[in-house]
Amino acid sequence: MSTFIKLLARNRLAIFGAAVLGVIILLIVVTPLLPLPDPDATATADRFKRPFSDGFILGTDHLGRDLLSRLLWGTQLSLAVGLAAALIAGTVGAAIGIVAGYFGGRIDNVIMRAIDMLMAFPYILLALAIVAALGPGLLNALYAVAAVNIPFFARNVRGVTVSIAHKEFVDAARLSGMGHIRILTTEILPNVLPVVIIAMSTTIGWMILETAGLSFLGLGSQPPQADLGSMLGEARAALITAPHTSIVPGMMILLIVMSVNLLGDGVRDALDPRLRSGALSRPMAATLVRRDETPPEEAETEAVLSLENLQTRFEVGSRIYRAVGGVSLAINPGECVGLIGESGSGKSVTALSVMGLVASPPGIITGGAVRLNGQDLIGAPYRRLRALRGDRVAYIFQDPLSTLHPLYRVGDQLTEAIRVHHRISRDAAHERAVKLLEDVRIPNARARIRSYPHELSGGMRQRVAIAMALANEPEVIIADEPTTALDVTVQAQILKLLDDLRRDRGVSILFITHDFGVVGQLCDRVAVMYAGRIVEEGTTAEVLDAPAHPYTKRLIACVPELGAGRRELHAIPGLPPAVDQLPHGCAFAPRCHKATGLCATSEIELTGTGRKVRCILPEEDVA
Amino acid sequence: MGGYILKRLVSAVPVLLGITVIVFAIMSLIPGDPATAILGSYATPENVEKLNRDLGLDKPLVQQYFIWIGNMLQGDFGRSFALNRPVLDEVLDRFSATLVLAGAAFILCAVLGIIAGVISAARQYGWADRAITVAVILGISIPSFFLGMMMILFFAVRLKWLPVSGMYAIYGGGDLPDLLRHLAMPAIALSLVATGVVARLSRAAMLEVLRQDFIRTARAKGVGEGRVIWGHALRAAMVSIIPVLGIQAGFVLSGAVYIEIVFQWPGVGRMLVDAILKRDLLLVQGGVVFVAACYVFFNIVVDVAQSLLDPRIRT
Amino acid sequence: MSLALETRDLTKTFDVGKRLMRPPKAQVHAVHPTSLNVENGETLGIVGESGCGKSTLARMLVGLLPPTSGTIEIEGLSGGSSPADFGRVIQYVFQDPVSSLNPRKTIRQILEAPLIHLHGMGRTERSARIDEIFDSVSLRPEFLDRYPHEFSGGQAQRIGIARALAANARILVLDEPVSALDVSVQAQVLNLLADLKDELGLTYLFISHDLAVVEAVSDRVAVLYFGAVVEEGRAENIFASPRHPYTRLLAESAPVVGRPIGGQAQGELPDPMNPPPGCAFASRCPRATDICRTDRPELRPIEGDQRAACHHPLDP
Repeated sequence: MSTFIKLLARNRLAIFGAAVLGVIILLIVVTPLLPLPDPDATATADRFKRPFSDGFILGTDHLGRDLLSRLLWGTQLSLAVGLAAALIAGTVGAAIGIVAGYFGGRIDNVIMRAIDMLMAFPYILLALAIVAALGPGLLNALYAVAAVNIPFFARNVRGVTVSIAHKEFVDAARLSGMGHIRILTTEILPNVLPVVIIAMSTTIGWMILETAGLSFLGLGSQPPQADLGSMLGEARAALITAPHTSIVPGMMILLIVMSVNLLGDGVRDALDPRLRSGALSRPMAATLVRRDETPPEEAETEAVLSLENLQTRFEVGSRIYRAVGGVSLAINPGECVGLIGESGSGKSVTALSVMGLVASPPGIITGGAVRLNGQDLIGAPYRRLRALRGDRVAYIFQDPLSTLHPLYRVGDQLTEAIRVHHRISRDAAHERAVKLLEDVRIPNARARIRSYPHELSGGMRQRVAIAMALANEPEVIIADEPTTALDVTVQAQILKLLDDLRRDRGVSILFITHDFGVVGQLCDRVAVMYAGRIVEEGTTAEVLDAPAHPYTKRLIACVPELGAGRRELHAIPGLPPAVDQLPHGCAFAPRCHKATGLCATSEIELTGTGRKVRCILPEEDVA
Repeated sequence: MGGYILKRLVSAVPVLLGITVIVFAIMSLIPGDPATAILGSYATPENVEKLNRDLGLDKPLVQQYFIWIGNMLQGDFGRSFALNRPVLDEVLDRFSATLVLAGAAFILCAVLGIIAGVISAARQYGWADRAITVAVILGISIPSFFLGMMMILFFAVRLKWLPVSGMYAIYGGGDLPDLLRHLAMPAIALSLVATGVVARLSRAAMLEVLRQDFIRTARAKGVGEGRVIWGHALRAAMVSIIPVLGIQAGFVLSGAVYIEIVFQWPGVGRMLVDAILKRDLLLVQGGVVFVAACYVFFNIVVDVAQSLLDPRIRT
Repeated sequence: MSLALETRDLTKTFDVGKRLMRPPKAQVHAVHPTSLNVENGETLGIVGESGCGKSTLARMLVGLLPPTSGTIEIEGLSGGSSPADFGRVIQYVFQDPVSSLNPRKTIRQILEAPLIHLHGMGRTERSARIDEIFDSVSLRPEFLDRYPHEFSGGQAQRIGIARALAANARILVLDEPVSALDVSVQAQVLNLLADLKDELGLTYLFISHDLAVVEAVSDRVAVLYFGAVVEEGRAENIFASPRHPYTRLLAESAPVVGRPIGGQAQGELPDPMNPPPGCAFASRCPRATDICRTDRPELRPIEGDQRAACHHPLDP
């Protein structure tokens, strides 16, 4: 609740809305106390007085009634009616939605068909029909507006309820012996409530508009009673001769609705957890770069791709997550280098930093260089980066279902990859795409090229993604956990394919994974990451057979190996540190059984040539 | 594809039936009998009874419903007593005028709303985004009927650029330029709220899509930013924008009622309000069913457009 | 040894394309008739790839999903029992530790639910019991009044285990309990589970896609493919000398350091809407003959208590 207020207070537009609304509410609260004339007292002699004349602050209307008095009383009425309509629609709609969404099946089916039926009307037709049946009147208009908006709430809430009802904690509650009513009220409702509040706060303004509209048409409040809509409706006849009688209530409606909308949007944003974490911001075309020192643009390297002290961080609010804290790594031509680590170790962020694909905001590259054949990519202008992406350095990502565009045929996605870099005809690109699909061993490639991603299995989709990465014969492929989302038998197929392809084509691979088994089978060299840094590096055989860093050694021991039968497993006590509060010195020291006071006092360097370790008490001598 | 269209058309039948049931049920809630309303309160009981019999109102409700449906299927929507003319003729005349107004407003709101939403998302937190956000807030907060009145005051009365009201000039009008001059203000006033809503939802949809993995894939392939935004991202965002357009079409049709009154546009909305105030119930009933049915068919078009865009729906 | 749980011809069929009045368009057999026995104090491992029906099977065992046909026998429970009846004898530990905890309840409220609704405990009794359980999963008592989002995956999974223990059930179904966790934390949770089992004399059904983990924790293992058990046997034998070609494929596909990439280049699961008439694995199987494509093999004893559903079982 306090974070909610804090977030709301940070939103300037919402504060403005709240202030305007506050003034209006204050005015209508004190209205009965103000020395105002009777809003309904007619005085034909005083017709159409201009504002600020003869003691009428806002002038008078066509019957000589005081506009200020009518405005304030009318505002009171309009606000009350709008609020009541929103409450009724929200409560009834939410109740229907929760029941339909939770119970599902036939109940859901019947309710939702009825809702669809109501939504098949343009809403005003339904409102008009209801008013026609009940007769004109403010209360009837309120019912009509509420009834017309029930389907909107019901549908919205049902959607959310369905997603919550399928969460595992609801199953857990059932197994805890809770009944339906209790689950609905204690498990579902508290999670749906924010959505209902959001929907209500963003629609109150709309409801006020709608009731005002019905009154404007003469179907809402009846003379002499004034609400804002009927004031405007009555003033319309004299629009040209006495515009102030229209402008006064019209501006008031505008002010109320606008302030309610601004406040409602503020409430929505403050309640939406995604906005809080900045997750709803749009990632830019390339990661922001903010380096204190600019390394030379060119350097001599043997490696095709080399990372030099690369640093990438995420800035969320006042927190700084140092996801990559100075990573140096070289990949030689034709080499496959594994980058292994647990979740949160920064391995994926390292991989994405290479071509500026870290989502930014919140990601920022704050230091170091990434060199492709010696040329720095971090400082490169976007145009150059774009020209190299997919052409010289290609990516394969984890989950092929979400990484392929769902609405384009796989063939179109493949030809696009070729045609953004090469001026060739559509037909030639198509032929090349077929060839690529055959290369990744997709049976019946010529027919499959017309498929959409959802029509393919996970393994086939990942083959398409690999074909796409190969499209322009890149020098380096960066594979970010390409088999993690796949089943083990399919994973073996994909690994075999990658291994064959890289040997045939001599392409270099940076392979990101958390699986030692995969590294052992595929990679020439391996680097182990922990808390944003490389802690050990060497040839695969050296690192796996004789790990030098205590973390590597103990991590390998944690992995159960097939064929050893039933046994006790090794664990590493504690948790990896959060990268926004890294300990001093070695990040692994708090979990390390060998740690001494020295480990936590100063920065520990990655030492050695070829075979490297970041530890002052290594398990193996690497010098 | 043909199969999908056919399936959607067939599924519209129960919806249409449901609409007639709802309308009929609401109308039968009306206290008093239409005959008294038609003949006035001074009518003799014999005359009332005779008229009730002529109108079939002495029969049970269910039977009345089926008679009404049967007649409508034959194109007989009954007769408007206030206008003394067949309901269907009146509705068709008026609906064509509404279609011109609402159609123009709908196209405006779809095109401008999507463009504004995409630009706003692509330049998130930039000045264009801020300007559009403020404009959208104003747009969805201003009552269309008030906006219409202010436009009349300013553009017609003060600047005398455009005609105050009506669909055609009374003397010498009737051609397309004349229609467009009359259409400009009401169409813009009508589209404003919907444009705001479309812009805001397009922005949200674009922001959602731009975070997706397949956008990163497109960038990783080296696709240029223009194509990423207006191609990959907008296409995926359209999946959630198109249903919004369908709903907005209903809002535009609804808003037309106010605009038609403000601008004296001879459309079906104004006809309905007049009919309600005169208690011309057959005209209300027929008009509501007709417009609702048109809306149902429009939504089928929306669904078909959606399925053309999204291959996952078709299967 | 006495049986803790027994299923006989347990089946689950899902309707696809439900319609209001008419029968559904198609049916998918998520679980084919399955008979399993689990003895008291035993850990039965269930392995299989995605879509093999292992989660559907698990949800039926705890009463979250009514079976289409067949019976489950757990201490006298029958098909008509409510989840609460099941809850007292069998509990579930979910795969995703975070989504299995209601984000708007404190840990204490979450742990109290089974004590109140299954056992009707009073306030003081509850408090004592919760402290005891919390201690047994090695969590600090001050965590009790925090909300789920404040915990890491490994801690949240301990809380999930604590909730299952609170119900005081003798049998736990562990549905991929460690696959959302990193390896260094995974072992912590697995070892905790092993300790609890010894202390409390529990019976486990351990479901996972990770063969090595299953082998390390189980007494017996059942291998599921396409909704049916294709092989069953002692944990130490089943992957060391598989009799069903699918089990062998699984074992060879698992990446192991120092072994060339194994498995086979082609072949994936059949279409569940269009299941083949014979053995579901026939299209991928190097040993398949005509009979495999027409007749579905039954699960039958091969050697000792190792059973396989195969017309042409492998030699050891």
